[in-house]
Amino acid sequence: MPENLVLAREHLQGLFNALKTRDYQVLGPTVRDGAIVYDELNSVEELPIGWTDEQQGGSYRLKKRNDRACFGYVVGPHSWKRFLHPPAVRLWQAARNGKGFQILEEKPAKKKMAFVGVRACELHAVAIQDRVFLGDSAIDSHYQARRDGIFVLAVNCGQAGNTCFCASMGAGPKVESGFDLALTEILEGGEHYFVAEIGTELGREILKGIPQAAASAAQVEKAKAIHAATANQMGRSLDTVGIKELLYANLEHPRWDEVATRCLTCANCTMVCPTCFCSTVEDVTDLTGEHAERWRKWDSCFTNDFSYIHGGSVRATAKSRYRQWMTHKLATWIDQFGSSGCVGCGRCITWCPVGIDITEEVRAIRGTASPAGAGDSGKEQHGADA
Amino acid sequence: MAPQLENSIAARTGVDPMVPELYCIQRLRHETDDTFTIELSPTNGRGGFSFLPGQFNMIYVFGAGEVPISISSDPQNSKTFEHTTRIVGAVTRSMGHLKKGDSLGVRGPYGTHWPVEEAEGRDVIIVTGGIGLAPLRPALYYLMAHREKYHKIVLLYGARTPEDILYRRELERWRSKFDLEIQVTVDRGTRGWRGNVGVVTTMIGRSPFDSTNAIAMACGPEVMMRFAVMEFQRRGLSSGDIYLSMERNMKCAIGFCGHCQYGPAFICKDGPVFRFDRIEPIFGKAEI
Amino acid sequence: MVQTLEGIVSEHAFFKGLDERYIKLVAGCAKNVRFDEGQIIFREGDAADEFYFIREGLVAVELMIPQRGFTTLQTVGEGDVLGWSWLMPPYRWRFGARTLQPTRALAFDGKCLRNKCEEDHDLGYELLKRFTFVVTERLEATRLQLLDLYGAPA
Repeated sequence: MPENLVLAREHLQGLFNALKTRDYQVLGPTVRDGAIVYDELNSVEELPIGWTDEQQGGSYRLKKRNDRACFGYVVGPHSWKRFLHPPAVRLWQAARNGKGFQILEEKPAKKKMAFVGVRACELHAVAIQDRVFLGDSAIDSHYQARRDGIFVLAVNCGQAGNTCFCASMGAGPKVESGFDLALTEILEGGEHYFVAEIGTELGREILKGIPQAAASAAQVEKAKAIHAATANQMGRSLDTVGIKELLYANLEHPRWDEVATRCLTCANCTMVCPTCFCSTVEDVTDLTGEHAERWRKWDSCFTNDFSYIHGGSVRATAKSRYRQWMTHKLATWIDQFGSSGCVGCGRCITWCPVGIDITEEVRAIRGTASPAGAGDSGKEQHGADA
Repeated sequence: MAPQLENSIAARTGVDPMVPELYCIQRLRHETDDTFTIELSPTNGRGGFSFLPGQFNMIYVFGAGEVPISISSDPQNSKTFEHTTRIVGAVTRSMGHLKKGDSLGVRGPYGTHWPVEEAEGRDVIIVTGGIGLAPLRPALYYLMAHREKYHKIVLLYGARTPEDILYRRELERWRSKFDLEIQVTVDRGTRGWRGNVGVVTTMIGRSPFDSTNAIAMACGPEVMMRFAVMEFQRRGLSSGDIYLSMERNMKCAIGFCGHCQYGPAFICKDGPVFRFDRIEPIFGKAEI
Repeated sequence: MVQTLEGIVSEHAFFKGLDERYIKLVAGCAKNVRFDEGQIIFREGDAADEFYFIREGLVAVELMIPQRGFTTLQTVGEGDVLGWSWLMPPYRWRFGARTLQPTRALAFDGKCLRNKCEEDHDLGYELLKRFTFVVTERLEATRLQLLDLYGAPA
């Protein structure tokens, strides 16, 4: 039974302080270089207060709101995977030792992290990556060390983005589980407060000492109304019925050739996608040749040598690489990990330089003609006037 | 469903699966001008090494990098193990310059194995080309060590030229000592070669195995395996009786890096040995 | 118990489905032959008036290449058909054939069969169907050989 409290806006800093006192590194959204990214936060004031984002296929712009909402935007180019599955990790070092060598293991960093402002789609993405890295056959100790002990302060989206389709993927917009605290921001009639749902005992404990009150039925209803409105505002939709079978049966569909004329194989989509996990291994030495290191770095199936085996790449064409990405994300992922790999966050659509839209590609393969103008103008952006 | 392996990665808890263990080179033997075999043993008096035929290791050469190589020795020997590899890049080239006493990093063994249990009571037809014989050598050792459990065993082996034939003396020994039918062919004969010339797949049609009760195992270039499968099917073998060893780019061998994906399968953990009916829908499809 | 030529011909997979009277006719043009090891069956350039079914042994299809000597292109063995140059003008062998092992074969009088095919086109069609299959198999195998699949990576 969800327990709901009300937290006034001015007490949000107290929540930050409570986390810092307990040695958490507080990470959350902030404005930098014209985008909302995730970084270390010291104060509530560093949140993107009064900002919103306008997203289209191939376009992302920040715009000022006419209120002081702390979470009045959706998701930017960063996702939480940059903290759980960092872009570059040193796995171990080695030093020559006579005829042999010695390996010095890297003890995975034991940092306690607090994620502030986690959206439902992102929580689903973390759970999806958990199934990849903490599965049956092997455990990624680096992921596990970072994952253990994170504090999740989730936020229910107050509006849906133009490229959002989490509702289609069953990944939002309301957070259901996997959080310590979940906030719904309410600005109304001069009031500014958060309806806070307690997810765990740890969440309740962090709130100790911060002025709070039980949420009234009316306040809970207001929060629910926001959740419902957001769910109805999705800018995109994706029909997931039989999608695995559909893609398995259409590996030679002419649409792959068509999208290949647009796709630059720039790999942006895989960088911003919160579930993409592919990596490569780099073995390096210093100039003396006495000291070597192995690093793990983010990689992308869109690169030409991703599939290289002696002599050439198996997937040499852009067509085969786009097909690999999309069929992995929406189809083979299901056979591999028991769920879709996509959470409907829309980042791949926004950050694609040519605006390739995964929902439109699926629609084209299903054979339904795209509704006129649905691609970019679709639904109106309900951002600034919330 | 991959059978439970005693030395599976999950069982070795507490070990970071990306950290290699050190092994010592006992011997490095050049087989042909671009192929060599290394024999490894554990360093520091550690226990032995066990694996199932068809599995592979990730071999690390200090400073050069890491590559996946099938284990090619007798699985009954737990003291040392061997890898036969072609020189195809920087890592294998560096490896070929190493000497007895040098160290290598090893992670493994990984992957699925040849169906030596399923083949009991049946004929076994093994078709290999080039370096493809190396991953099947452990299976051949296993079959010979348990010879009475199998009916007819046939090995068809295609090499590039007579100079490229691997394990020549061993093949002779097997032919004479055990009840094995071995046919070797080359793509290009050279002066003095009085044996078969032609692709190995042409020998499947008239090979003396009982297609109503046989298991086929093939390993070699993908094109060779494609035509081998056609010949097996022409002989009447079903897709559930044919096993292939597939290969793709590998970086981690533990299902995390994503490189070795082949359709929904990860070749590092769902393969490299596949029962053909499992991969039939995508096998041979361009750029999958 | 020695098998009759007709018996051997009718059992051979190559002639499967052939009408009985044609089997008789074809068997009438056949004879058993034996070769020692290292014996030449036919030479490049010779008149091509026969073809062979190898019943046992190994035969090298070869070409004389200056500086390289006699070079084996492919070998054929038990169950294989050897020779199709008898089918087409100028009816001359383009390659040579030499045994690598003691070899037993059925030799067919191609010249005689050629004339019979001209008289009876149904027989001609049946034989051409079967020989086309042999040629395509050999072509596919040759293509694979050309790929040099075990060679150094591209």
